[in-house]
Amino acid sequence: MPALLQVKDLKTYFYLEEGVVKAVDGISYDVQEGETLALVGESGCGKSVSALSLLRLIPIPPGRIVTGEVLFDGDDILKLNDDELRKVRGNRIAMVFQEPMTSLNPVLTIGKQITEALELHLRLDRGAATARAIQLLEMVGVAEAERRISDYPHQFSGGMRQRVMIAMAMACNPRLLIADEPTTALDVTIQAQVLEVMARLSREFGTAVIIITHNLGVVARYADRVAVMYAGKIIESSTAENVYGDPRHPYTLGLLNSVPKLHQAAGEKLMPIEGSPPDMVRLPPGCSFYPRCTFRIDQCKEEYPPLQIVAENHYAACWVDVTKGRPSKNGN
Amino acid sequence: MATETVAPARNGQSAESEALVDVRNLKIYFPVMAGFLISRKIAENKAVDDITFSVKRGETLGLVGESGCGKSTTGRAILQLYRPTDGHIYFEGTDLGSLRGNDLRRMRRRMQMIFQDPYASLNPRMSIRDIIGEPLTIHNLGNKSERRERVAELMRIVGLNPYYASRFPHEFSGGQRQRIGVARDEPVSALDVSIQAQIINLLEELQEQFGLTYLFIAHDLAVVRHISDRVVVMYLGHLMEMADRNEIYDNPLHPYTKALLSAVPIPDPVLERKRERIILTGEVPSSLRPPRGCVFHTRCPIAIDECRQVVPEWREAAPGHWVACHRV
Repeated sequence: MPALLQVKDLKTYFYLEEGVVKAVDGISYDVQEGETLALVGESGCGKSVSALSLLRLIPIPPGRIVTGEVLFDGDDILKLNDDELRKVRGNRIAMVFQEPMTSLNPVLTIGKQITEALELHLRLDRGAATARAIQLLEMVGVAEAERRISDYPHQFSGGMRQRVMIAMAMACNPRLLIADEPTTALDVTIQAQVLEVMARLSREFGTAVIIITHNLGVVARYADRVAVMYAGKIIESSTAENVYGDPRHPYTLGLLNSVPKLHQAAGEKLMPIEGSPPDMVRLPPGCSFYPRCTFRIDQCKEEYPPLQIVAENHYAACWVDVTKGRPSKNGN
Repeated sequence: MATETVAPARNGQSAESEALVDVRNLKIYFPVMAGFLISRKIAENKAVDDITFSVKRGETLGLVGESGCGKSTTGRAILQLYRPTDGHIYFEGTDLGSLRGNDLRRMRRRMQMIFQDPYASLNPRMSIRDIIGEPLTIHNLGNKSERRERVAELMRIVGLNPYYASRFPHEFSGGQRQRIGVARDEPVSALDVSIQAQIINLLEELQEQFGLTYLFIAHDLAVVRHISDRVVVMYLGHLMEMADRNEIYDNPLHPYTKALLSAVPIPDPVLERKRERIILTGEVPSSLRPPRGCVFHTRCPIAIDECRQVVPEWREAAPGHWVACHRV
């Protein structure tokens, strides 16, 4: 069975005064029916842009999807006309953003905003749409949904607004849900509530999820597969167990070593990745991680390593075998 | 990671174990005003409600809790940015509330604060160079070109390209703005884990080198465990629990601490999927109308009648391990 979503060699560039930012530079991945894929990386790595590109939500200009294919359920989204695209957005593919307040209309009631989507995409009449909206709010754990449906977004707390966003996203029973840092702005106990709601719904409805996050704990808990991004490229991808238990790219290794761990007694110094995040306008030739890499060899400076298979179901873009290579401060 | 670090400067003399900062029965209530022409107080926001703890010289005390728990207000009160409604804050035995004018300014210089929300603390009309360089200018450190070089260096430390020094805050992303805040106040926080680790190490090195004391206010519990010697947990203006870092993480007594710790997913898929989780229901009540009795009882999985009536006493349940709970 073909994957639900196949992204092939996607490139999204931004043409700025100071140069071209290759925010997404030739990434490919699949998402299977019902699975949860995490796109992980630090700010500026291109994880959000890559997700926005899937629904063509990139500001043009300065952005442009330069090339690539986004095959979803038989369609290439990048080739759809506006009408066809509208039928996909919010319907078959839904999205949840970090800051729900920016995606909710402050002057419309919550009920109006949910029923609008139901009337548009599912052609429900007013009464049926309202009933469904109440049901959706109950499903995401909004108490007294019947009353709260006539409240405005500002009357909801941050956690509740994010639940409302998830209710709206699930309204049309999408095949794929894209969640961009959905709980980053929330407190930990509220974050746990919201993520559990999302995970439960995706299980119940068989919805595939792409979760974009910088939180390695969230990934460990919820993702079936992980793709790690650095400077616009996927540098490693595999199951969550493989990526955490047997990381094959020096950057992944560095990330895992640099996070303080709640379950480990303190005392040891953290091992940060030295240097700065890349300047996206002036990426070095060869591997973008070269300047910060402790495993680097001369070849890395000249040639970008392709993403290649390193073990069963496990891909990494590195010239060095980190399981054998000896980290050295000065390269080779 | 959002962090506020109050770093009172070193002082040579005095015994090791002595408290540098002593917070005694501190209350900070903010009046809520309303009315046309004549505005009057209609309610009180009990941001901090009778808390007592001390920060020992040379230690890092982590102060954790979720939004609105009063941790930042506590930090600001120690810096005398708010006057206590009641209670006292002592710095090396001096009641800060009694200081005025020059004495207060002199005392404040010995404490530094790094703000949580990078955007709110950045003046939108100043360039990044001016913002980062402002403390240097105010304190008359170096000449213009030295300050420029220092700003560039600070920007590099926190992972910003010095090329952007003449830009304004709105031209940066949230993560980048956080780093501008970091560069401005030096020891700080950042959003990206690879940079965060550099900053945490830097904070620890500065502490060793200069014997600094930190009150580390944050919501990232893993970072707090790593950096703190002792940890205090706050909820809705009250202290819930306080203990040595490993004690509080390995043997939490308060149901809120337990829930808070269990809510943090740990970066290990094998362990994480086996973990039992306590998912709290409901949300933090408003501090305008805090619940009677124990403020946590509305979300507490083990609350009994007593919790709804009586405020639990802040007591030492085991040596050095303090808790406020009827059920412990």
